[in-house]
Amino acid sequence: MSYLVVRNLHKRYGTFTALGDISLDIGEGEFVCFLGPSGCGKTTLLRAIAGLDPQTSGTIHQKGQDVSALPPARRDFGIVFQSYALFPNLTVADNVGYGLVSRRAARRDIAKRVEELLALVGLPDAGPKYPAQLSGGQQQRVALARALATSPGLLLLDEPLSALDARVRVRLRHEIKALQRRLGVTTIMVTHDQEEALTMADRIVVMNHGAIEQVGTPQDIYRAPATAFVADFVGAMNFLPGKLAAADRVDVAGLAIACPAQDGLATGHAVQVCIRPEDVRVRDLPADIANRLPIEVADLDFVGSFCRATLRVQAAPSVELIADFSSNLIRDLGVTLGSRLDVALPPDRLRVFAA
Amino acid sequence: MSTGTIAASPSGLKVTRIGLSRDDLAMRLGLVALAALLLVMVGLPLWALLSKGFEDRDGKFVGLANFITYFSTPALIDSALNSVKVAAFCTVVVVPLAFVYAYALTRAVLPGRWLFQGISLIPIFAPSLLPGIALIYLFGNQGFFKGVLGGPIYGFDGIVIAQVFYCFPHATLILATALATADARLYEAAEVLGASRLRTFFTVTLPGAKYGLISAALVVFTLVITDFGIPKVIGGNYNVLATDVYKQVIGQQNFSMGAVVGMVLLAPAALAFVVDRLVQRKQVALLTARAVPLVPRPQFGRDALLTGFCLLVSTGILGILGMAVWGSLIKYWPYNLSLTLDNYAFANFDSNGWDSYYNSLQMAAGAAVFGTALMFVGAWLNEKTRAFHVMRGVVQLLAFLPMAVPGLVLGLGYIFFFNAPGNPLNFLYATMAILVINTVAHFYTVGHLTATTALKQIDPEFESVSASLKVPVWRTFLRVTAPICLPAIVDIAIYLFVNAMTTVSSVIFLYAPDTKLASVAAVNIEEAGTTAAAAALCVVIVATSAGVKAVHVLADRFLLGRLQAWRRR
Repeated sequence: MSYLVVRNLHKRYGTFTALGDISLDIGEGEFVCFLGPSGCGKTTLLRAIAGLDPQTSGTIHQKGQDVSALPPARRDFGIVFQSYALFPNLTVADNVGYGLVSRRAARRDIAKRVEELLALVGLPDAGPKYPAQLSGGQQQRVALARALATSPGLLLLDEPLSALDARVRVRLRHEIKALQRRLGVTTIMVTHDQEEALTMADRIVVMNHGAIEQVGTPQDIYRAPATAFVADFVGAMNFLPGKLAAADRVDVAGLAIACPAQDGLATGHAVQVCIRPEDVRVRDLPADIANRLPIEVADLDFVGSFCRATLRVQAAPSVELIADFSSNLIRDLGVTLGSRLDVALPPDRLRVFAA
Repeated sequence: MSTGTIAASPSGLKVTRIGLSRDDLAMRLGLVALAALLLVMVGLPLWALLSKGFEDRDGKFVGLANFITYFSTPALIDSALNSVKVAAFCTVVVVPLAFVYAYALTRAVLPGRWLFQGISLIPIFAPSLLPGIALIYLFGNQGFFKGVLGGPIYGFDGIVIAQVFYCFPHATLILATALATADARLYEAAEVLGASRLRTFFTVTLPGAKYGLISAALVVFTLVITDFGIPKVIGGNYNVLATDVYKQVIGQQNFSMGAVVGMVLLAPAALAFVVDRLVQRKQVALLTARAVPLVPRPQFGRDALLTGFCLLVSTGILGILGMAVWGSLIKYWPYNLSLTLDNYAFANFDSNGWDSYYNSLQMAAGAAVFGTALMFVGAWLNEKTRAFHVMRGVVQLLAFLPMAVPGLVLGLGYIFFFNAPGNPLNFLYATMAILVINTVAHFYTVGHLTATTALKQIDPEFESVSASLKVPVWRTFLRVTAPICLPAIVDIAIYLFVNAMTTVSSVIFLYAPDTKLASVAAVNIEEAGTTAAAAALCVVIVATSAGVKAVHVLADRFLLGRLQAWRRR
């Protein structure tokens, strides 16, 4: 049985539904990210799991025990907030040992455990300092050490990295992930940063409007988004509006685009055909390749390691799509603004969603 | 401790009712106790006052009869009109004065800024009758400048001048706060766009201080209309609402009519309070976290002009204070100007002698200790108790109520409520305890607001963290929340102490012969005609409350800094 089982969770504020019928299973030792735009209910769900903002209805079982109606103090979790919520008037050591003191542990044991934890998060000498004397990234690690001090079965991270600058954020991602793997503690992290979720999570729960859109590994979420929302929210994506002309063909502004067979949709249904910018093929197109489109380069944005090109389909100038061209490709093919060339949209890389 | 229940709701969904932890339960009980306490301290006395207005002298219900009598007695109507007239006039005088002064403090490069700031606060530490007494020395029938005003000082003129002195620091504090929170970027934008200084003033400065101006005007109006000490001392035959209440209750023992006048007094104060709250709510949206504080740059002409203005105002304030001090040291005004300490031998003027001063100290200390504890713990309970919205709303309402209630009205309510024969709390009547309780109630709102503001500034998740670490909430309160809020806690205590020392209005109905306070004794001595001794007692009060404040400022700078090493980066 899963470590955390959420069933039919609802949360309403008056007439507003913050969470609608959420069901979710999380395995022991798993690192799960709740990903979604602000207001999607991901933090609400996390706070319901902690008991801080209890659900309106529904159940939560943790390690086989029904915790649905327990106050936070009687649940088993450690939590790190976006603000870290470090006690500013206590030293780092006192902060980390805060939860140990009330367990009536001997002073020497507490000191030893605090030392261990600070070493674990890479701040062995920070003990006597006050939080205000530490950088944001260091404060974040102290908050993590404090949350882990009582060896909770579940670690909750509420946007733990979003207050940090980009460089520190990337470094801490790896550190937190490595630490989690080492300790094997079941972890839920809330984030609105898709890159964070993709790099850190074992599984991602994509949420929108208080509902779960998709649950899957980062690869699943990226390669096979289940809904148009997920396709749009995670990574860059082209959306070409059209109509399903046959089970495996879409009519986009008069262009016949071959796609994987659609079972669920009737012919004639309005759809969106999706392809990621990096999946647009340019080089070495075989003569008989499907979905070959002569295009004109309408815009070219230099992004550093590659260029993001806006392509206008010659046969249907209203259809534009973006594609990522590597610097090599641009040099080799001499691509400039206004260049005309052929590209292909590999059918196996296309996703079709009902519009 | 309960584990919570899951009950079926009408819609068929199972609604979760979260269980209460031991902490939740204790906090809820605490909140209920606080609500009950505030009800006894504020709600029920007010209710007693309101119902008294509808009774005759024997306690029989007479409907609106008292109000009909009131509104058909020209003398009483006149006082109401007088009150409004004086309050309006003082507002018109004080607010511009205070605005310029506050502008000088915050927006000009002022030599000795802290000194000017300190001087502007002096009136706060004085009982309101002090400026009245000083004016009698200056412009009274035997005053230095007798006749300069072209008429007697007793009456409208005297009240206005004294009130201007008394209200000035309150308006200045509000306006200085409003002007201090300016965004330098707005001024840079105005300058870049080529706006003249005058245009910048009218399009940036004034709109930015708009809510401060409204708030200051309302505060001054309320202070003037509810103050009792000044019209008592220097009003002469010019009657106002506050003196009417006193005369009806103390002079004629007509409690019902006293209650009616009290209600009339309550109306403008309550109205001003409601308007202020609405305005304050808008003020919040005006401030942004990204504002860059404005640092004034030297500008000779403006700075010289404003320094001159501040010198003038400061001289006025120090002059009035100095006059009271000097008057208290003079043998027999104006015939024998040699100096003496005889006037400080209070036993010669009032049977309580120096005891009334010790009573004041005791009362002020009691109010500071118990009041601060109650206000801070109360604000904490109200902020941090999970859910329980209805009771939190009730507490919030009761905590805000005292601000809208003039001291005289609250004091009167206390007589009616605590002195009622059937009241089990009757034993409190005529004790030191009731003076402390009354003072804490009278000044509850500001303390509650100060504590709430301080609590709102600290991370809201401390309690969540504690819960996740299984640390009881009281431990986090003692180890984290209270220490972090120490400056605010000390502020509340000082505020209570100073106000307890200087207040007259509320306690004048409640003292017993052996619990008479210094401020009340000063009123009595003045009433008996010994102005010099009354001045002496006022000077002792000023020295005490200003001294306590000075110790606070010094301790803040040298001691608190050491206790709060964690604030340093």
